[in-house]
Amino acid sequence: MERVLKILFFALIVRPIVIIVLGLNLRGKQNLPVEGPSIVVANHNSHLDALVLMSLYPLSRLHKVRPVAAADYFLKNRYLSWFSRNCLGIIPIQRTGRMRKSELFAGCHEALDRGEILILFPEGSRGNPEELSEIKRGVYHIVHDRSDTRLTPVMMHGLGRALPRGEALLVPFNCDVIIGETIPDAETGEQLVESIKASFLDLQQYCITCRQTG
Amino acid sequence: MWEIPPHSLYAMLVVFGLLVTATTCRLILKRLKPEKDYTELRQRIQSWWWMIGILFLCLIVSRTTAIILFAFISFLALKEFFSIVPTRQADRRVLFWAYLSIPVQYYLVSIGWYGLFIIFIPVYLFLFLPMRMVLIGETRGFIQSAGIIHWAVMLTVFCLSHIAYLLMLPVKNADAGGMGLVIFLLFMTQFNDVCQFIWGKLLGRHKIIPKVSPNKTWEGFIGGLLTIALVSGFLGPFLTPLNFRFSLLAGLLISVSGFIGDVVISSIKRDLEIKDSGSLIPGHGGILDRCDSLIFTSPLFFHYLYYMSF
Repeated sequence: MERVLKILFFALIVRPIVIIVLGLNLRGKQNLPVEGPSIVVANHNSHLDALVLMSLYPLSRLHKVRPVAAADYFLKNRYLSWFSRNCLGIIPIQRTGRMRKSELFAGCHEALDRGEILILFPEGSRGNPEELSEIKRGVYHIVHDRSDTRLTPVMMHGLGRALPRGEALLVPFNCDVIIGETIPDAETGEQLVESIKASFLDLQQYCITCRQTG
Repeated sequence: MWEIPPHSLYAMLVVFGLLVTATTCRLILKRLKPEKDYTELRQRIQSWWWMIGILFLCLIVSRTTAIILFAFISFLALKEFFSIVPTRQADRRVLFWAYLSIPVQYYLVSIGWYGLFIIFIPVYLFLFLPMRMVLIGETRGFIQSAGIIHWAVMLTVFCLSHIAYLLMLPVKNADAGGMGLVIFLLFMTQFNDVCQFIWGKLLGRHKIIPKVSPNKTWEGFIGGLLTIALVSGFLGPFLTPLNFRFSLLAGLLISVSGFIGDVVISSIKRDLEIKDSGSLIPGHGGILDRCDSLIFTSPLFFHYLYYMSF
């Protein structure tokens, strides 16, 4: 049932919006992992980010793709919670509680064990439109003892103009989705953060919607 | 519905003939030199099939369908323009209003209200958008932003909507109908690009504007100009109400303005330091890359025709 809801939501609502209202300058599609366990790490500007990334997947694989999302936001009321679980299939993360790292990411590990593909925004919440903010170390805690998991960086640009934080009006804009090559294994959290950051900056130069002023 | 005037039908068949020829040539090339990579050529020709297929289908189905298609092309072009140029985050809502001009403008086309069609964007939207910007209250970057937004709407909505209005003109050449005019304009504009390219490749020595477009040469430009004027002279009486002489002039107009449209969009891309304006049409780039010449040829051809024949 969840699987059907998710497919319907994407086929009838998300895809038409992504194709008609938005528009993608897509590069590096061949780098997108279609098999799990793997993690897609992307920069985060808009609620559209996860939807756009998920719309890149064929409908038949959609149930394998799970965005990692903040529990305090996406589960804050009954309706949003139902929607987040059934139409998006999120993996909730408790940002506020003081949990141990192993507990915090238990959901992610289970999903990876099932061969699923996580979508993760290592910057945490949506930052200012089209600005990179500090990358958090959470992703390191997920991958550091999992040699089976690929980490694929994606740089997106333009969605923060289409639907920035705190706005409800969607204005049509094209956006860049640049998918990079797998990020190499890192020894420490800092190292991983550095290489994610480096690949974001590297991919950013292929964005063609990048010329905007403040 | 489904009634195609004979001359327009012949023109469509000729265009399909050209597409078949192009596809055949590519297959032969691939057979002769299997080691070379023809991906871009393949994509380019494939995209032509799609573009021409969709266009002809819409023209055949009904006039309204064709007008909706052109409205949609304007929307895609405006969106692409806004996506590549710098716009202020504060102006999101102004841009939204700019998008709303598309249904209004094309509605005016569809009811054939010429008087308002011709001034709605250059007068009313021109005055409305800065007013809406004032309400936002951000004055930093005001001039630049107002200029960019209005220019974008003029190029992608106002100019392109003239193609759609060709369908609303009273029919003076019953053998070709309104769609004859559209096919003539689109074909001559695209053919001009091809001719200038080919003449430039064959004879090109003297660059016209090396800073903007290093491949544009006087030889290509003049070769294209003469070829297009001649072809247009013979094709005009067939597809438009113009006689040989006036068709020849129409060809000159299309060739010169097509060149200008091309280099204007090139300058925009140079300024932004990008190669293509998007990746909507495989092998061609974005929609602006494909419509660049058309932005200039359509209003100029339209008003020339309007003055001469109506």
